[in-house]
Parts: sequence; C-alpha cells; structure tokens
Amino acid sequence: MNKVNNLYRLPKTPTGIAGLDQITEGGIPKGRPTLVCGEAGSGKTLLSIEFIVRGAVEYNEPGVFMAFEEKAEELEMNVASLGFDLKGLQEEKKIRIDHVHIEMSEIEETGEYDLDGLFIRLGHAIDSIGAKRVVLDTIENLFSGLTNQSILRAELRRLFHWLKDKGVTAIITGERGEGHLTRQGLEEYVSDCVILLDHRIINQISTRRLRIVKYRGSVHGTNEYPFLIDEDGISVLPVTSLTLEKPVLSDRVSSGIPALDNMLDKKGFFKGSSVLVSGTAGTGKTSIAAYFASATCRRGEKCIYFAFEESPQQIVRNMRSINVDLQQHIDKGLLKFYAARPTMHGLEMHLVSLYKQIKRFKPAAVVLDPITNLVTIGSVSEVKSMLIRLIDFLQEEHITVMFTALTLNSIVTEQTDEGVSSLVDAWLLVRDIEYNGERNRGMYIMKSRGMKHSNQVREFVITDKGLDLVDVFLGPDGVLIGSAREAELLKEHTNEVIKSNAESSKDREISRKRKVLEAKIASLQTEFESVEEELNKVYVEEKLKQDILDKNRKDLTELRRGHADSGEKEGNL
Amino acid sequence: MTEEKDKTWELRLYVAGKTTKSATALQNLKKYCEEHLQGQYRIEVIDLLVNPQLAEGDQILAIPTLVRKVPEPIRKIIGDLSNEEKVLVGLNIRPL
Repeated sequence: MNKVNNLYRLPKTPTGIAGLDQITEGGIPKGRPTLVCGEAGSGKTLLSIEFIVRGAVEYNEPGVFMAFEEKAEELEMNVASLGFDLKGLQEEKKIRIDHVHIEMSEIEETGEYDLDGLFIRLGHAIDSIGAKRVVLDTIENLFSGLTNQSILRAELRRLFHWLKDKGVTAIITGERGEGHLTRQGLEEYVSDCVILLDHRIINQISTRRLRIVKYRGSVHGTNEYPFLIDEDGISVLPVTSLTLEKPVLSDRVSSGIPALDNMLDKKGFFKGSSVLVSGTAGTGKTSIAAYFASATCRRGEKCIYFAFEESPQQIVRNMRSINVDLQQHIDKGLLKFYAARPTMHGLEMHLVSLYKQIKRFKPAAVVLDPITNLVTIGSVSEVKSMLIRLIDFLQEEHITVMFTALTLNSIVTEQTDEGVSSLVDAWLLVRDIEYNGERNRGMYIMKSRGMKHSNQVREFVITDKGLDLVDVFLGPDGVLIGSAREAELLKEHTNEVIKSNAESSKDREISRKRKVLEAKIASLQTEFESVEEELNKVYVEEKLKQDILDKNRKDLTELRRGHADSGEKEGNL
Repeated sequence: MTEEKDKTWELRLYVAGKTTKSATALQNLKKYCEEHLQGQYRIEVIDLLVNPQLAEGDQILAIPTLVRKVPEPIRKIIGDLSNEEKVLVGLNIRPL
C-alpha cells in the first residue's frame, strides 16, 4: 500500500513559508513552475522572495530571483525589514538577483525575434550558482515592454517548458486580471499549481487570503487561508482541522479559585479543554480570567493573556485591587500579555496572530478577554468559525483556553452572542442577581463535560482579598444572597443567642427547683429521723419500765419471803 | 552634417549562435551601415552563447538585439532588422 502511495506521490519542494507547506502537503511541485497570482500589493513578490531566501537558508537550495519590476537594491531594502539579508546571500552565492529592465522608449521592434536573451541570462544565472529555485517576478511586464504578442506568448510557452527541462522549481508571479487569474492568461501555460493571493477589505479592515486554485496531481487544502505579513515574513495558517481525532488528556488544572474547583468535581477543569465565562457587564469575568492566569503561572506554567478590551497595564493595576499580582508573573516571563484592539485587523488576521503568538510562546493556558468584541469586526458566524478553529488548534496543542464573553441582556443569558457555548467544554455563567435594592453576583456552572459538577448557584464574591464563592443561603423564604444573606445569617445568629440564653435560664430554674426539692427531702428525712427517735424513745422507756416493773416485782417477792437467802431456798424449791 | 561625420557609431549586435534571424540581422545591419554610415561605424557582434554574462549589462532579453552605444542615448532595436525605415528611425540615422 505504501509502495503504491510513494509511486504516485508528486515530488514537492518545501517553500519554507509557515503554513503553506501544510496546506500543499509538502510544498509546491518540484521541478515545475507554479503560478502565484494576485492583485497589486497582495504579497506576491514577498511570497516569492521568501521562497528563494528560505530555500537558500533552510534547505540549502540556491535560487535565482529575476525581477521585472523592482531593482535588486530596492528589493534588498524592501525585505531587509523582514530580516532577509539579500546582499549577504548574494555574496555567499546562495541567491542571485537579476533585474530585467525593459524601457519601452529605448526599444524599437522590427522583424522576427525571440527571447533567447532572457533564456541565456536565466540559464547563466542558474548555472552560476547551481540554482534549484527560480522566481520570475512579474513576467507579465514583458507584455508592456514588447508589442509582438504572438511572439511573446510562444516564447513564454517555450520558457516554461525550458524551466521544466532545467528541473528548477519555479514561481512565476502574475497580476490578477479581469475575469482571469492573470492579465495575460499565464494560467494557460503554468498548469501544475496555481496559488491565488487576495487582499480583501471588509468593513474597512483588510485581510490577506491565500487559496490554492489548482494543484495537479496532489491533494491540497481548498479553502481560503488567511495569511499575515509581519516581521517574520509570511505565515499562512491552515486553520481548519479536518478531523476530530485529537488525543485528549484527563489531567486537571485548577481554576485558581478553590471553591470553584470544588464545584467541578473538586479538581478543576480538564487540561486542554475550553472554558467559557460569560456574564453581563461588571460581573467579574476578567477577574476570573486573571485568577486563572495567575494560577497557571503559579504552577510554573506559561500563559498568554489576549486582551481585546483593556490594556495590560490596566489589567495588572485592576487585578491588584483583588489581591492578584500579575506583574510578578510577567517579570518571571511566565505571563505574556498581548493586547490588540479588535479593529486592528480582520478576524482571520487576529486568528493568525493568535496562532503565531501561541506557537512562539508555547503556553499551557490561554485567556481571551473578551471574545465579544470580535463581533465588531465580523459576523456572528464568522466569529464562531474563527473560534472553532482556535479551539481545535488549542486542543491539539493541549492548551487550556478560557474565553470571556459579555452577555448583553440578562434575559437571554442562555445564549452567548458568539454562539460558542456549544463548542466549549465548560461554561461558567456569572449572573447579576438584583434583589432587594442591590446587585449581587451568582455563579452557575452551565455545563462541564465529562465530570461531575455542582448544580448549585453560588454567590460569587469579590473582595480585596480575592475571589470566593459562597454558598447561597437557603432560608425559609428561598434563596438569599448578598446583604439579604448576611441579614438572614445575622438573624439566625441572634435567634441562636436568644435561644441559648433562654435555655440557660431554664436550666437554672431546674437546678433551683432541684435544690429546693433536695432541701425538702433533707428536712423530711430529719423529720422522719426525729419521729423515729421519738418512737424509739417510747419503746425504750416502755422496756425500761417493764424491766423496772419486773425487777420491782421480783424484789417484792423476795421481800415477802423474808430473807436474803430465800433465794437459795426458793431455788431448792 | 560635419559634426555627425566626426562621430563613430558604435553598434553592438547581440546574437545567440548562428541562427537565421541573427544572420539576417547582421546582414541587414551591415547593409544599412554601408549605405548610410559609411566609414563611421563599428559593429561588435556578441554571441551570448559564448559570453552569457554580457546579457545582463545591456539588459538583453530578445535576440537579436541591436544596441546603439554611441552616440548617446542608448537605443535598442530588436528583431531581424528587416524593416529598414524602422531601423533608421530607431537608430536616429538620417539617410545621407
């Protein structure tokens, strides 16, 4: 199976341009010409010069740049801002720039001619440095310099064949024409690969896009891909991942708020998951996000904070008021702020620059605060598709992301404006609860995929010590929050005090009663004892009396017998 | 007229090998020069197949190309020079 695949696989030359090689699955066709077309200022020259420079620097393939528009010095200057040292590379014989200048006023045409001069120049340039890559920018300028179209067309056809025979990978640029890809219909001659660059302005915001119109003999991404030109050159981003086959992690990361982690199965979010924090204005979304960022940094992991509303300094200052010191993380290089007004670029450009920042910084967590503002530069569906792609990308990289979103109307809080709630893994809703003349914040977990989570509303409290979640008070009158909760708690406390007071007085009463009774018992006891003694006394007296009587009787009997020894006698009797 | 007679016309003809077009061009050129610039011209034929590095200097694209180096300004005529009038106008030669 693999053999078959290899057999039919078109050999490709990597351009070295970030992202372009991914959507072309390896680069442009090796040894064949590729047409890059687009309007003026769409980045054709830049793309082609980057192809040459990256080839020379990264792939050790020398290249020839034949410029029909700009002089070599102008080119050098134009691309110096991108860090391309054309002069140095030319001296090292890695690239060669040949400026082809056609001055119409100097030239007169008479009779038959061909473009062998061009071929020879190009051939000489290629051979002199052993070039593998060639750029012709913009060859259509020949048409403005020379009038014999039929000769030109025939010669161009010959040129492209000749390039193929030379075995060089070529990029030919062409200006976009009415109804055609190029003004002179170059696409007729270059049929292997055609890349179209576009520069569109929607709502006064420009976005550069790239599309592969055709790629013979190869699969390729067919979408329009936004690209960015910045200090690193061009970055194209294949922003839609086609499959949902991402490996997932079951590791957990803390939200930074212990009470919130407790609501989430006591562990927090899944690593690499997406979290949406939505709420009305002033509900503390940014604070939650800052807590999350700070917690990430405290674990020693990196975090990027994309701020679309406030400046980094503002956020740092504001968060200090709730006892979150973000500056220390910035100083340690763990936290990076990236602030941009949404209107600075188009939506796709934002995405591209987000990608770039993330790729470069390699954070463990990303915060986007807020995504709502992006709607100002794109429709809801565009924002949604952008966020889908961002989430896809972040999940692939196992980066946890927290979005904040503003819900404008608390009646429709179930739907965020961006419609991303179905995409995210966890959704926290911070809601204003207006009650009894005050505003309080309640937090719900609307969803949290793949884990047990609390279904309870918690009161979300922001103090100068930080954020916390407090259980709401479930009193007899229903759910109480804020000062009502405090009042209810106080009331309960008062009741308790009164109750305990009442209880203790009752106790004292009882002990007093006991004492009284005990005293009574004691007195009865004594009474009983005295009665008993009395009784005993009578009894003893009577006994004594009896004894005395008995004795007396005896004595009397003795006396009657007359003498004392009568006893003996009596005994003898 | 006397001024122009003092001048030497330096003409350079770029060719690539001995093709029919090149031969025709050279033939035509010689003919016109003999007719109009007798004794006042110098023709240098450069074969780019032999000296490809020379193509860049005079910005040669098409073959054959005739370049008038002197008198200034530089003029270029491309093609086999089959149209005499055009060549003369192009080189700014007034017929004698």
